[in-house]
Amino acid sequence: MAGLPRDEAGTAASYASLARPLLLPTWLIIGVFLLLPVLLMVVYSFLTKEFRGGVEWTFTLAAYEQFFVTRGLFGDEPPSIEWTYIIIFWRSIWQAALATLLCLVIGFPTAWFIATRPPQSRGIWLFLITIPYWVNLLIRTVSLRFILRDNGPLNDALIVTGLIDAPLPILNSDVAVQIGLFYSYLPFMVLPIYAAVERFEFALSEAAADLYANRWQVMLHVVLPAVRPGILAGTILVFIPALGAFLAPDLLGGAKAFMIGSLIDEQFRGSQGNWPFGAAISVILMTLVLIALFIQARAASRGAS
Amino acid sequence: MKGVRHYPGFLAITLVCLAVLYVPLLVVAVYSFNASTSITKWGGFSLRWYVDVFTGPEAERFGLATWNSLTIALIAASIATAVAMSAALAMIRGGRFRGRGASYALINLPLMVPEMVVAVATLIFFTTIGLTTGYLTIVLAHITFCIPFAYLPIAARLSGIEDSYEQAARDLYATRWQAFRLVLLPLLGPGLMSGWLLAFIISLDDFIITNFVKGAGMETLPTAIFGSVKQGIKPNIMAISSLMLLVSILFVSLSYIINRRGRRAAP
Amino acid sequence: MKRLLALTALAISAFSLQVTPGLAEGQLKVYHWFEYIPQELVDKFEKETGIDVTIDTFDSNEAMLASLKAGKLGQYDVTVPGDYMVEIMRNEGLLDSYTREEMPNFGNIAPEWVDAPFDPGRKHSIPYQWGSTAFSVNRDVYKGDISSLAIIFNPPDELKGKINVLDSQGEVLALGSIYLGIPQCTQDRVQLKALNDMLLAAKANWASFGSDTAKDVLVSGDAAAGMIYNGFSAKARAEGANVEYAFPKEGFVLWMDNMVLLKDAPNRANALKFMNFLLDPENAAAVTNYAAYNAGVKGVEPFLSDAVKKSPENNPPANQKGEFIKACDQETQKLYDAIWTNLKK
Repeated sequence: MAGLPRDEAGTAASYASLARPLLLPTWLIIGVFLLLPVLLMVVYSFLTKEFRGGVEWTFTLAAYEQFFVTRGLFGDEPPSIEWTYIIIFWRSIWQAALATLLCLVIGFPTAWFIATRPPQSRGIWLFLITIPYWVNLLIRTVSLRFILRDNGPLNDALIVTGLIDAPLPILNSDVAVQIGLFYSYLPFMVLPIYAAVERFEFALSEAAADLYANRWQVMLHVVLPAVRPGILAGTILVFIPALGAFLAPDLLGGAKAFMIGSLIDEQFRGSQGNWPFGAAISVILMTLVLIALFIQARAASRGAS
Repeated sequence: MKGVRHYPGFLAITLVCLAVLYVPLLVVAVYSFNASTSITKWGGFSLRWYVDVFTGPEAERFGLATWNSLTIALIAASIATAVAMSAALAMIRGGRFRGRGASYALINLPLMVPEMVVAVATLIFFTTIGLTTGYLTIVLAHITFCIPFAYLPIAARLSGIEDSYEQAARDLYATRWQAFRLVLLPLLGPGLMSGWLLAFIISLDDFIITNFVKGAGMETLPTAIFGSVKQGIKPNIMAISSLMLLVSILFVSLSYIINRRGRRAAP
Repeated sequence: MKRLLALTALAISAFSLQVTPGLAEGQLKVYHWFEYIPQELVDKFEKETGIDVTIDTFDSNEAMLASLKAGKLGQYDVTVPGDYMVEIMRNEGLLDSYTREEMPNFGNIAPEWVDAPFDPGRKHSIPYQWGSTAFSVNRDVYKGDISSLAIIFNPPDELKGKINVLDSQGEVLALGSIYLGIPQCTQDRVQLKALNDMLLAAKANWASFGSDTAKDVLVSGDAAAGMIYNGFSAKARAEGANVEYAFPKEGFVLWMDNMVLLKDAPNRANALKFMNFLLDPENAAAVTNYAAYNAGVKGVEPFLSDAVKKSPENNPPANQKGEFIKACDQETQKLYDAIWTNLKK
């Protein structure tokens, strides 16, 4: 698990006596300004919805029932499993996973390349990766939309070079959403990996290179295990935000189907105004993410020992 | 032996990556010079939107929004990085202690909660404890959600540093503080840099949470931009974005020059 | 690091001081849409009255409602909800009322808007701007008849797959109901089932859902037809797209933004002054010239710019009727929510 100490190795305890004071600011800030509000939201998910937003303080499981059970459009059919929201979750998870993979495949070589530059130019490369993010995501997504259009620069270029005859209908497709998600979150993959690779002892791999036949084997057996914390950190930083992304699916995908982000949004600031249901969706999402994080953490610590 | 550092194709991928990042910005820059009010139809070259940014009816509002965004991002990223670093020291160098698993979950909590929920929950919380929404509430909210973005690169970096370096320093009678400042901090540098940069751009870009916890008269650049979308985006937004890019490039060049001077002064 | 912390702490206190408003006697807190009131008009009001106006912005009716309900009520004096939202806020008890004596310019409200369905007799609100929601068609792509909502819901072959609809439950379901000729907020199962099926079938011909992008997709050519607000269509035309705004024969959606007096307004007297100020024809016209919709105030014509006065999008034919989106009761709303979720699942 990224960031979880490998204390099983027993090498890293030089700050043991200070551990709690060092964590105090974190507990104060996140504990007060996020944990308390979130606990409030967990409570909200078990309350009765007030019409048009807000809650009444009576306990009910109605929000969770709405998520899992359907009784038809008019609510008088025998109860059966509600697939609507499960499908929406599946769609979001699948898209976020794909986007994370894309970011990793492109981001790792980029981070590696930057980390192997001479020390004085690494900072510049890092800034080159982050400079575009000074422009608001909405604006970047709008211009991406401009580029991907049927008669936009990308299709024009492909036609002029003779690669295609007719414009590719990229806009309002899942491909466009993937490109958008990749564009939104790339630095969140590159920077943590960079931080890990930069620290890598190349003497190690040079030694290994003498044992193994080629550098790809070195990469697989020596480098990847060593920089794994960076890769895991990047994966978390891309996957979780991508789960709740709404700009890329809306502006590039055509918003034809709900994603988790837009579904929750709809409950709080859409016309449905169903706060407990929005809270329940969030609780389910948080539970899934938590489970995934712990599975990953256990796998990581098993791998490390 | 050069071979283990250099892999064929990595340069090409990096260049493709940069191209993907910068081509949309090219569109932004080009359309900031559009003579018409459209962001999709070219109407000839003009500087009118740059004039508009500084003298137009919304100039003051956008100017203030930009200032707010930059200062909030600066403050939030710096505090979040400091907090994240101390948390990383505890988590990676603190050995086994009770509450470590909970702390780990807490640090990552801002990542796990959907933004919309954070927004509504935080607003309800602030108003419950009687905090008037404004600059301060935005800064507090931003520090909170920036912490994991700063923490993960720092922790990834720290777990790659053997603590034998500090041990050696301690053996040479360095105090804990000296060992930290003179040995660990410089080694942590790239992690801190990555973490701070991520926190900064995350704060600079946030719309959903800010939209809820801002108060009367407070606007940040993203809320101003999302607000103006309702009337249709005009090239003035493109001009503001281009100016932001210019500022960031100036910022980078400046830090590069300072860096080189510093290196020459202290070889 | 210590120095950095000290510096940032200093910076925080400096900035929070800077934004703490001086406790002047005359203040007014407006919760408004972004870019919906010309700055010159706000300046004029401040100069005439000495009242210090602070504007905070929201980006949708529902977002405004949510943040008021989450605790912002009591921070603002006035806000600008759309028609159905006035009714919702009234039912939720979020609005304060005023008497006609408190509003000297009340008589300036155009007679047809005094008895608005969402605020009968205008006890809480004054008209701000109004317009319509229907659709526009790119006339380079489709030259046929565009007098029916079938263009959106059962499009001709030329337009299939090139249609953008608003990403808004209220507008899509209302226009769909108007197309089928069924009343809004109906509980009739056959009618609701028909609406559900019709929308699902129509969706196959739609390229995208988008409200904020409704204008840009028409200008760029990404869509050849689209549901749109009249003012947005006028802007698309001004940007050079050959689009025509249709007032369909089945009817269209009317909308009206209104300035309302909020409950627990900290500066109630100033709020009334501001509302009264906006009912002055010259000031109402200033908003209209800026936003390019219609004012609901008598006597604005002499102050209107020609472009706004003659805009085809602003002048529905006399024989065609629009209707406001209704705010349904809880039981009925549930059915409409289910249809919308079904459409977008």
